[in-house]
Amino acid sequence: MLLVVNTAAVVKMSVELDVFVGNTTIMDKEVYQLWLNGYTVSDAVKVRMEGGVMEECEASADVLLSDTMDQFRTFQMCERLLQNPAKLANQLLFQIPPDRQAMLIERYYAFDDAFVREVLGKKLSKGTKKDLDDVSAKTGITLKSCRRQFDNFKRVFKVVEELKGPLVENIKQHFLLPDPLARDYAAIVFFANNRFETGKKKLQYLTFHDFAFCAGQLINNWTVGAVDNMVEDMDVDLDKEFLQDLKDLKILIADKDLLDQHKSLVCVALRGKTKVFNEMEANFKNLSRGLVNIAAKLTNPKDVRDFFIDLIEKFIEPCRSDRWTATDVNLYLTHYTNSAHILDSFKHQTVWTRYMGVIKSCILRMYHE
Amino acid sequence: MPGKLKAKIVAGRHLPVMDRASDLTDAFVEVKFGNTTFKTDVCPKSLNPQWNSEWFKFEVDDEDLQDEPLQITVLDHDTYSANDAIGKVYIDIDPLLCSEAATVISGWFPIYDTIHGIRGEINVLVKVDLFNDLNRFRQSSCGVKFFCTMSIPRCFRAMVIHGFVEELVVNEDPEYQWIDRIRTPRASNEARQRLISLMSGELQRKIGLKVLEMGGNAVVGYLQCFDLEGESGLVVRAIGTACTLDKISSTCPAAVVPNLSNSSPSKDMKDSLQAVPSTLGCRSTHSSPVHSASSRLSQGFSVSVPTLLFAGMKNRQRSSEGPRARQCRAVFGEEAPGVPLSSGPPTPLRAQTFSSFSPSKSYSRQSSSSDTELSLTPKTARICLSPSSPLHQCKSSPLPTMVPRSRTPPLLHVSQSDTAMLRKSVSFSEDLLLVASGMGSGGSAGKEAGPLKALLRQQTQSALEQREFPFFTLTGFPVGFLLHVGGVVSARSVKLLDRIHNPDEPETRDAWWEEIRQEIKSHAKALGCHAVVGYSESTSICEEVCILSASGTAAILSSRFMQDGALDTEHRFEDTAPPACGFCHIPYDELNMPFPAQLTYCHCCRRHKVPDVLFTTIDVPTEASITGKGCLIQARLCRTKKKAQGEGNATAISNLLPFLEYELHTQLLNKLKLRGMNALFGLRVQISVGDTMLLGLASATGVYLTALPSPGGIQIAGKTPSDLTYEQHVSNMQKKINDTIAKNKELYEISPPKLFTLDPDAFVNINTEWVEEVIGSPIPESRQRSRIFRSHSESSDEVLELDLSHGKKDAFVLEIDDTDAIEDIHSLLTDAPTPPGFYSCNTEIMPGIYNWTSSLQMFTSVRVFRLSNANLTNQGLNKIFNDLCENLLKSLYFKLRSMVPCCLCHVNFIVAVPEDELIQVAVTAVAMSLDKDQTQENGRQSGDKTLMKAITENEEQLQFPLELSAECPSNPLSSAKGLSEVSGPLPSARAPSVDHSSFTDRCSSWIEQIRLKAHTIRRGSIKTTSSLEKSSPLPDSRSRSLRSNRSCPSSSVAVVKMTPLSFLPGTKIIKYLGIINMFFIRETTSLREEGGVSGFLHSFIAEVFAMVRAHVAALGGNAVVSYSMKECVFMENPNKNQAQCLINVSGDAVIFIRESELEATPSQTQSGNVQTSSNGEGT
Repeated sequence: MLLVVNTAAVVKMSVELDVFVGNTTIMDKEVYQLWLNGYTVSDAVKVRMEGGVMEECEASADVLLSDTMDQFRTFQMCERLLQNPAKLANQLLFQIPPDRQAMLIERYYAFDDAFVREVLGKKLSKGTKKDLDDVSAKTGITLKSCRRQFDNFKRVFKVVEELKGPLVENIKQHFLLPDPLARDYAAIVFFANNRFETGKKKLQYLTFHDFAFCAGQLINNWTVGAVDNMVEDMDVDLDKEFLQDLKDLKILIADKDLLDQHKSLVCVALRGKTKVFNEMEANFKNLSRGLVNIAAKLTNPKDVRDFFIDLIEKFIEPCRSDRWTATDVNLYLTHYTNSAHILDSFKHQTVWTRYMGVIKSCILRMYHE
Repeated sequence: MPGKLKAKIVAGRHLPVMDRASDLTDAFVEVKFGNTTFKTDVCPKSLNPQWNSEWFKFEVDDEDLQDEPLQITVLDHDTYSANDAIGKVYIDIDPLLCSEAATVISGWFPIYDTIHGIRGEINVLVKVDLFNDLNRFRQSSCGVKFFCTMSIPRCFRAMVIHGFVEELVVNEDPEYQWIDRIRTPRASNEARQRLISLMSGELQRKIGLKVLEMGGNAVVGYLQCFDLEGESGLVVRAIGTACTLDKISSTCPAAVVPNLSNSSPSKDMKDSLQAVPSTLGCRSTHSSPVHSASSRLSQGFSVSVPTLLFAGMKNRQRSSEGPRARQCRAVFGEEAPGVPLSSGPPTPLRAQTFSSFSPSKSYSRQSSSSDTELSLTPKTARICLSPSSPLHQCKSSPLPTMVPRSRTPPLLHVSQSDTAMLRKSVSFSEDLLLVASGMGSGGSAGKEAGPLKALLRQQTQSALEQREFPFFTLTGFPVGFLLHVGGVVSARSVKLLDRIHNPDEPETRDAWWEEIRQEIKSHAKALGCHAVVGYSESTSICEEVCILSASGTAAILSSRFMQDGALDTEHRFEDTAPPACGFCHIPYDELNMPFPAQLTYCHCCRRHKVPDVLFTTIDVPTEASITGKGCLIQARLCRTKKKAQGEGNATAISNLLPFLEYELHTQLLNKLKLRGMNALFGLRVQISVGDTMLLGLASATGVYLTALPSPGGIQIAGKTPSDLTYEQHVSNMQKKINDTIAKNKELYEISPPKLFTLDPDAFVNINTEWVEEVIGSPIPESRQRSRIFRSHSESSDEVLELDLSHGKKDAFVLEIDDTDAIEDIHSLLTDAPTPPGFYSCNTEIMPGIYNWTSSLQMFTSVRVFRLSNANLTNQGLNKIFNDLCENLLKSLYFKLRSMVPCCLCHVNFIVAVPEDELIQVAVTAVAMSLDKDQTQENGRQSGDKTLMKAITENEEQLQFPLELSAECPSNPLSSAKGLSEVSGPLPSARAPSVDHSSFTDRCSSWIEQIRLKAHTIRRGSIKTTSSLEKSSPLPDSRSRSLRSNRSCPSSSVAVVKMTPLSFLPGTKIIKYLGIINMFFIRETTSLREEGGVSGFLHSFIAEVFAMVRAHVAALGGNAVVSYSMKECVFMENPNKNQAQCLINVSGDAVIFIRESELEATPSQTQSGNVQTSSNGEGT
């Protein structure tokens, strides 16, 4: 008898198969996030246990495991559709209410700021993908999640790259993303396409949103699409004609009279209005030279890539070392821009406005005190 | 040439890439019906082809229209090699053949491949032009409506309920044909899918013919099943209830219903009514006469084990004949947990123990009819009723069947008496005569004392007696139809498939089923009933052994729906006569009981006798008065079996079956008591055979019927009182049980009305004393492993608790004397209660809950367990099986926690033993959310509800016609919530639930899109989306889009709700579009790549849902009701990286609209009409 009891106790059963399919696909937001974060099933179960679902619902670890596995499988099956969100909406396999669909898509395309800072401006190539394990190690984001985010960037890039029309709108339509997320993706695509340098040490203090803001400025003002929205690649590439025209701005620093005139106009306007007037006056020529030189060099792709580092080295750092406040910078840039319009011999007003508008807002955004 | 089928292929989308080089596909479509095939042009290099084909026209017989599916194959054109098939769509055009169903099929269908699953979608338009065919000898039955729904469908009224129809067709299974060795798995799967589609079409057509013959126009409760017999064939069989239905026109606002008129020639109902003499009944007419009786002997083996309530058994075997052909049988009356439950798994010899107990004489008279070998009677009956059957049948049949049989006597649940068994032979011939003359049950009825009963019976008897099988597959009935319920009757029979002589012919199987049905009929008769309701049939096959099972609930029905409409009015007076508690009253005569049960006076009307426990297979009748709430109760059992072959195996199985059933019953009863309840509804017992084990799973919904006495407690009696620690152990356990009962009573809000306890007690005591005398004798001498005594039960809580602690007198006693029994008791206590906020039941809805919202979630969950150690004991197996089911339920609760408070309704378990060490459990159910605020309110209300109120309420309820309650499914049950209805005017009582349903539905805005009024618009929108896609290229077409006008395409997929129930809370079904009956096979040779077995099955089930939804949407529907998964056969071979799965699902496609909408629309006057008109109808 004892023997029998023992064998009965030793007997194990293993779950060979375990599925749950609802007519309306059940998806738990929390589990979805764990999946997106690249957790393994067992890690996800641990996290959920710590989260206290079990006590809440009197569930056992088995139940939690089964539920987690099942949902992970569902997400995996959905992933193919998530990669082409338009399909998710008219596929028949999963019945998912539209608000859920929107949630699934939005979260699938969401990314970690830490991750995007690592790859922003890098070529979205296989090489970059290979380095993702370093990124993963550095940011603490799982490799799986890094890959998903990277692939998302790449997929959006590929689709949007060759489309006509406004970048943000195209992203919204093809990936059914909400506006803010679509704008972020536009920035990512724009950075990737122009390969802006964002990784240098001096740039480390800038957040993704700083860059995204600048990207928005550039897209809205410096691309072909800003002028003519029916041209190919209009939002992705900078307007070459405009870049060419920027060379003409050199006159502002090359012509000594003009430079002096410009300086005195700015000084008159700022006198008494800022505590750093003296520093400004002393630095004016340097700063002006810096900004105009950046403009003049933008025809060269290499210099486009260094656009942000140049802004920092040529303008932000000097100002910061002189302890300008953001208000000072704003004041200075406003008058610097406006004064140029008063210069009689300066003929390139339109280009100047288009250039300085972007520069001003970028610098202000990048100027962290 | 009565029909023209037209099909148009519009477009495809999301096609798979078939040409690796270009990453594109050159798709074209073949449209095939019968032997005619059309092709579309090739749409080159597109994954979203636009064919916009012409209309392909097929001119076909309506017979073919019913049998054949439209087959659409999508292929990839290949100039140099053979064209590759992408996948197929089978469209059942049956719904188009019925004038009141769908008029067009139009929509996106998933393109399905048995190896790859869904591969894109195709947009198809199908129409049918039917010409009238009044040929009386036609073979088609267009126009007969089919419903899976197990009650009269919501927007119809039953004029006549004709009765049982059945049919069975057999074919060779393509998987076992020689050609299968050389063809691809895909070809084989497709052959099978197509064959089954053809067979079910044929089956439906044949049943339709029978219905027309009977004068009906519809089949309700249509149950179709497949038996994959392997080598011996593929059987498709169906049963149903023929009815004449009348559409309730006022419930369908003309404004909302799409044009109903259609050219299809459904036969005029009145015509058909007259056309058919009712005597033909439901005689199944195969074209070839049945001559199976003689062959059956040579086929060998046939063991029949009818049972439900076991009370002991006896296995007398005539050894000389050997086990070659054995027949064991037993009858169970179900109310019987009774007295000296001749418990035990006693070996057959032990049965002698009970011989001392002799039941009252009168009882034996009736039981004898059940004992009789009824398998003979069908043949005799047939001679009288249907001249078509050849004479030689009756000559040969008695001999073979009689001789080689050993049987367990019908244990009318309580301790069966030997005398009954002995008497069997005596009464045999007499009974045979009775049945043969077509008035079998009349004999017993006539003798009975109750004049009312006799009267009622006579009225219906004439109608029912003429039928070969007075069976009804319905589980829900129009008010007033069900007069009395006797109890569950069931029969099982073990057959050997390899003994079938003509495997391709249906005769043998027909004879098998006939035998079982006769047995059921005789059991019903033994319970004093003339009809069987909630009837169903099932099989379990393991290699060459097949267990056939049938079960139902013996009942007495009102004649109201039996004759045609004209007579109806005559019997109107009856409708008001039976009180709501009427169905609980015993149908048999109390002095002449089929088994010793304990009777008390009905706690509602106190005029009639009721049993102390009632088991049924039907849903809780709408008029029933329930105290508190119900819950799902399951008995689970696993028994090891030695591996064996052929007859040996069949013998082993048939030997085990009675024990299995007995123990399942005991478990059910114990669990019922433990919950303080006294009745089971929706009882479904499944037995599955495997090579090395037998699984038994009984599921039912327990409730406390107000009319029945309160159940006593459970008392444990130790065997060896001397041992102190043992005593302590026992008393510990006793305490646990008492606590559990108390807890359960609180949980299920069971507080029997105290006001009345005093009064009825007086009656009860008188009554029970009498019973106890009768029962008394066997108690002392029975010393079985576990014994259950029952004595009269107390109606009030306090008494119960007091009494539990001492004395066997008033309690239900469990005697434990070995570890088995201890295990049993432990397992009794291990059933975890449902977590807070959850309820569960396997009936349509939970008795006692009325505040449904419209939020629901239908799901299917499948688990397969591998037993890693083959040398298991029964206990070990039991525990595993029990844990498996419990864990599965726990998982479901966890999954659905966001819907709390909610109720899992219609929980349906399917167990199987696919391989030696595997146990498979599949569950389909629907979770329905409840309104939070009303939960408490209701609880309070039902808490202080008094019996009197319930009675008045119920009487009130009777005034509400069936249609009205159907109309407000949010509160279809009458009893507990009746309060609100009684006190307030009906509309105001309903108003809150309507409001809630409209805004608690989480997806309401989503669903708005597809509500009925948008129905036609939706059609339009599909077209516009497709055209949009045409103009604005998808990303994968690599073209460039401008600031496109591409709208978010989310509106293109219609939401389709699915539910196993016959209704959707908070909504009104305004149109039935036809039956959905689909069979799919999926196979893979890359199991690991598809995510293993779980991934494979997960996507397959999702695909099946998707295909069902697509078909419903294409018919113009927005929901499937009465959805069920009939079959889920899963086979795997992980070593070969292969798996295969077959799934069969069915349901009714419907259009529903929200009640709130109904009221909001100008149809306000109409809803007023509905009420008045239906009121008028009921009175």
